[in-house]
Amino acid sequence: MPDATGLELLAQRLRSELGDVAVVGTDFQRDQATLELAPGRIHDALAYLRDDDDEPYEFLASLHGCDYLPEQPRLGVHYQLLSMARRERLAVRTRVDVDLPNVPSVVDLFPTADFQEREVYDFFGVVFDGHPDLRRILMPEDYEGHPQRRDFPMGGEPVLFTFNEHTLPRWYD
Amino acid sequence: MTDGEPTGTPPPSRGALEIPYRERERSISMDSLDWPVAGTALEPETELLTINLGPHHPATHGVLRLLTTLEGETVRDTQPIIGYVHTGIEKSCEDQEYWKAITFVERMDYLAYYFNAHAFCMSVERLLGEEVPPRAEYLRVIHLELNRVASHLFWLGTAALDLGAVSMLWWSLRERDLVLDLFEMSSGQRLHTRYFQVGGVMEDIPPGFEAKCREFIAQMPGRIDQYEALLDRNEIWLQRMKHTGVVSRERLLELGVTGPLLRAAGEPWDLRKAMPYSVYEQFEFNVPIGTIGDNYDRYRVRMAEMRESVKIVEQALDGLPEGPYITSNRKVALPPRHELATSMEALIHHFKLVTEGFRVPPGEAYVAVESPRGELGCFVLADGSAKPARVHMRDPSFVNLQSLAEMGRGSVIADFIASIAMLDPILGGVDR
Repeated sequence: MPDATGLELLAQRLRSELGDVAVVGTDFQRDQATLELAPGRIHDALAYLRDDDDEPYEFLASLHGCDYLPEQPRLGVHYQLLSMARRERLAVRTRVDVDLPNVPSVVDLFPTADFQEREVYDFFGVVFDGHPDLRRILMPEDYEGHPQRRDFPMGGEPVLFTFNEHTLPRWYD
Repeated sequence: MTDGEPTGTPPPSRGALEIPYRERERSISMDSLDWPVAGTALEPETELLTINLGPHHPATHGVLRLLTTLEGETVRDTQPIIGYVHTGIEKSCEDQEYWKAITFVERMDYLAYYFNAHAFCMSVERLLGEEVPPRAEYLRVIHLELNRVASHLFWLGTAALDLGAVSMLWWSLRERDLVLDLFEMSSGQRLHTRYFQVGGVMEDIPPGFEAKCREFIAQMPGRIDQYEALLDRNEIWLQRMKHTGVVSRERLLELGVTGPLLRAAGEPWDLRKAMPYSVYEQFEFNVPIGTIGDNYDRYRVRMAEMRESVKIVEQALDGLPEGPYITSNRKVALPPRHELATSMEALIHHFKLVTEGFRVPPGEAYVAVESPRGELGCFVLADGSAKPARVHMRDPSFVNLQSLAEMGRGSVIADFIASIAMLDPILGGVDR
């Protein structure tokens, strides 16, 4: 983990490289460094962190989403970066609004993001611009809604039986 | 479907539904394939055949559906279709108190339940700033490594079964049963034990556990010798393992693959060594690695890992410290049963914990552990209430599955089956 000072220095380098608007803030708590970036610059920032920075993070360990309801902007996308050489982790976070949930895809930088971005799209409705095949991955393809959002009810889905399959919407199109 | 063009507008969530459901089943078209397929110089000469492998097929190790394009017997491309056992565990966790959610996360990767619980408990402990007593850490390590042995044994049996070596299944499950007997001794359950708690473990190990565990670790290396005697000089096994399913180390890293698959390709990345958590830095063990990353290396790495795990269990039993097995913080851990009869305060704590759970201060934590299949990360978002606002498991099976297409491309379909077996996907973890 970079320490608090290292995180600030890293944020400073990103600001000088990509402009002040790219970095929304830094967050260092419980020995975890988190960098919050503007959604539009996430691709450029991760490309910089992977290739050009003095302390590169070449491995994307995890990409996941979360819903910050009732805070705004609601949807969060987390990128857990890992440097195997320095054994350091860095969390990168970006937040988008449900009305315009667009984040640039990083599949071209990290091919591992393919399934994981599809999962975030499936569960939270975050649209990854430039993803080669942005389809639902775990839910059925004709599913409506994004079930991991906090305002999606638990058990808010009728169970399919033979007696009700004709009345359920869009089952037999 | 979404054609991947960058769009500045919200998703075509309704537009996608205009394609009839049955049509979308066939939505994977051959037009998306690049010819010739990268890495092979072969042009398609014969007609391509698309077949479904699975979802209900024993060789897919669960309900994994593989839409596979074949040219004769050669696999040209494959597309995993998952979600058949998606049960919304992550969503269910948001409706449970933290200590109840442990039961849910254990059911994700159902062969490595201790690891799921460990990752989740460590995330919550980091959010709480809770210290785990040393004896609890040692007990955790003992159970984690026993679980790793059990998981690899199940992999060994089913993988050999896929290649026709039926007897291996019975030998490996015999030893796995001994591990499950140990789990039953310590927690009362054989699977999904829910032994790990936030702040420690549920109970101390009972009398007799140590002796039985030592008996197991004494006989296990000999058993592994026996498995290797069955397989290592088996001509069929070697022919089907060596030089099949090779993916380069660089490509595996790009695809985010971790665990034995990555180590088989020569990258010595093991979180227990590289970024030690729990008390792993106190044990001496090696990280076995392979050379070229074919199926044989994957097999050898896992076999060697079992030996290392046995060594860790032995060291942990030797060095098992005395002391409490769970934190004494009564806001997090239940008070001992005998205190309830005499102490009003213990009764209040017990009541509060059971009815309401404990509150976790707002924050987010991502903690990764080395599961039998790779980096198992648990992300927990706490909003200050007694229930998590988000639990996400970065399941290694889910991420590793992306490398399956690359392993299969250009190999004959029989070797492809071997690659699935060596990938060791657990569909409960993939679909969650």
